[in-house]
Amino acid sequence: MINGDRPLSPHLQIYAWQWTMALSILHRASGVGLSVGTLLMVWWLLALADGGSSFDTVQTFVSHWFGKLCLLGWTWALFYHLCNGIRHLGWDLGMGFELDTARNTGYLVFAASVVLTGCAWLIGLTMGGA
Amino acid sequence: MSLRSPLGRVRGLGSAKSGTEHFWAQRVTAVALIPLTLWFVYSILSLGNGDHAVATAWMQSPLNAVLLLLLIFATFHHMQLGLQVVIEDYIHVEYMKIVMLVIVKGASLLLGVAAAFAVLKVSFGG
Repeated sequence: MINGDRPLSPHLQIYAWQWTMALSILHRASGVGLSVGTLLMVWWLLALADGGSSFDTVQTFVSHWFGKLCLLGWTWALFYHLCNGIRHLGWDLGMGFELDTARNTGYLVFAASVVLTGCAWLIGLTMGGA
Repeated sequence: MSLRSPLGRVRGLGSAKSGTEHFWAQRVTAVALIPLTLWFVYSILSLGNGDHAVATAWMQSPLNAVLLLLLIFATFHHMQLGLQVVIEDYIHVEYMKIVMLVIVKGASLLLGVAAAFAVLKVSFGG
């Protein structure tokens, strides 16, 4: 029997925001965002297989400011998910659970994702890429 | 005395009906994706400003084609494992959950096969 009046366990809105918690949510959000981003990758691959004019359409999209904005978001999501994923793999090995360590690796991972995104775009823009 | 059948005891699975396959597959694909995505980002950057002939020549190199196929497999496998957990966490109406899982897994398979087909078509020069 289901009783709708029973109390629920506390959810997100009851907790004070913390750095580690925000990063944890961001890991899932970036994963979902990257899933959407695979559409661009598949579009790019199919257009390449289809021929020059289809490929030019993709290039037009990624050269447009909106396309660039999407790419920038996906670049950061990729590097964040990658760096924080490595942090997760460390936890799977039983490492880095101390509160200080968890907080500091969080700072490190976030900084690394921003720096790597900046580097990738700097290289891309100076080489005349999309 | 245990009430579990010999087969159930051998399989070692409880009422969840599955073991650590999901967890393990997600970690293995995650580890594989570390070098593969870094290689992919580097490759995209080195392809420069989007010339069709340059990108085609790049994909026709056997090494690049094989690495791309591995990247595609690992990406879409990892993606559907991750999205499955998100759906299971947030959708509590059973039939909705099943419908969403079938859609997400089907779409992942479709995208993965389409991507792999494109790579093969280009690399075999079709």
